[in-house]
Amino acid sequence: MEAVALHISNGVLNGPVSAIYGVIALVALAYCISRGRRDLDDRLAPMAGLVAAFIFAVQMLNFPVLPGVSGHLLGGAMAALLVGPWVGALCVSVVLIVQALVFADGGVTALGANVTNMALVGTAVAYLLIALLLRVLPRTPTGLGITAFVASVVAVVAASQSFVLQYALGGTTDLEHYSLGAIAGTMAGTHILIGIGEGLIAAVTVVTVARTRPDLVYALRGLRQPQQVTAEGVAA
Amino acid sequence: MKGLYLDRDTPLHRLPPEVKIAAMVSATVIVVVTPREALWAFAGYAVLVAAVAAIGRVPAGWLARRSLVELPFVLLAFALPFLAAGDKVTFLGLEVSRDGLYGGFNILAKGTLGVLLSLILAATTTTRDLIVGLDRLRCPQIITQIATFMLRYLAVLGGEARRMRIARISRGDDPRFLWQLRGFATGVGALFLRAFERGERVYLAMVARGYAGRMPAAWLATGAATRNQWLAAATVPVAAAAIAGTAVILG
Repeated sequence: MEAVALHISNGVLNGPVSAIYGVIALVALAYCISRGRRDLDDRLAPMAGLVAAFIFAVQMLNFPVLPGVSGHLLGGAMAALLVGPWVGALCVSVVLIVQALVFADGGVTALGANVTNMALVGTAVAYLLIALLLRVLPRTPTGLGITAFVASVVAVVAASQSFVLQYALGGTTDLEHYSLGAIAGTMAGTHILIGIGEGLIAAVTVVTVARTRPDLVYALRGLRQPQQVTAEGVAA
Repeated sequence: MKGLYLDRDTPLHRLPPEVKIAAMVSATVIVVVTPREALWAFAGYAVLVAAVAAIGRVPAGWLARRSLVELPFVLLAFALPFLAAGDKVTFLGLEVSRDGLYGGFNILAKGTLGVLLSLILAATTTTRDLIVGLDRLRCPQIITQIATFMLRYLAVLGGEARRMRIARISRGDDPRFLWQLRGFATGVGALFLRAFERGERVYLAMVARGYAGRMPAAWLATGAATRNQWLAAATVPVAAAAIAGTAVILG
């Protein structure tokens, strides 16, 4: 497997900023774990594993942004739709941890920053949008598809801007020709394109799953009435 | 899912996974917090990494090829001396930024050493053992559980993708280069569902055989690290700390 580097490597961010983001990520993940435990039942456990595997596979696709900076699909929105925000954030974090340990992709000391960008910011932004859009849009496959698409685009751009913020706080080198505004603009531009690609994949996947196995889509829980089984059979 | 594991029989391969993870993470932290002006400390680390790789019989060529993952960051490192702000110095006949030169060196040295340390860990530890190690380091069970399934299902996903491709070809489709994308895009949802349903059957079969969230290797305490093994693995971060300490005091 010839992967190309995707995540922040060791030494790109300085020590204090890496440490602060490490603490933020640890605290947030501890909260996700306590909430996620309640969600993880016999149906969600294999789903969480598959979502993580799927995200792992799509993160292999990546595109150059600046010298040394490349963007790739994140999968936070799809995770939030299929397994909910808490387990979703954990799935993306697991992908990042395994990539750091097993494939040397992303520095171990930058793990906190990577988890914050992709697992926390990406999933949180996506889930807020999903919660809002699913209430506003019609409850049809099209509505769900649009939700998945919009949430993916916005979440990917938000995650890329979170990296720009980290670089502004603790980048180890000041750049002369690239102002922060220019970096932010370049990152946002590329990530809108990436977001569109990711949005299409997420929308197609989630709509297919929702059509055949709606019980598997976390975001649709509570919006659907469970089927009532009576002595006469299944009532609509 | 084989990962990057190299099947050998060396003292490094025989060490329990939890001590290797702990040693790798602490050594990486020491490398990263080393001030970037302490140039020769990084030479010391390189010798240390080479020694560890030699004990694990990890070939240098393999390490070099695999460390290409950090190529984009190497490009950044070589671009920084020309892009960064601050006073200029002449280096190899080129006028470059001093801050950028240090910054580039910083990313190059720390990034490379970090990648090499991770690669040595991945080369000497199977993915299954890595998860057992994380479990023994008190990593929350929900994380190790998701990680276990992720590594299992990567193979399921790949297998389903291969079967669906063969099914498409046998129905007269002729997938080539970019035209494959259309078939892939229409099939991605189905791929996900098929992989899930297979994965669900595997999971239910595991539950029926007594699986309750941890792999047997984790809760059967056989093979857990002894004190001597912890001490043996600790030599790597301790040596790194000694190099860092002397570099800071002398530098």
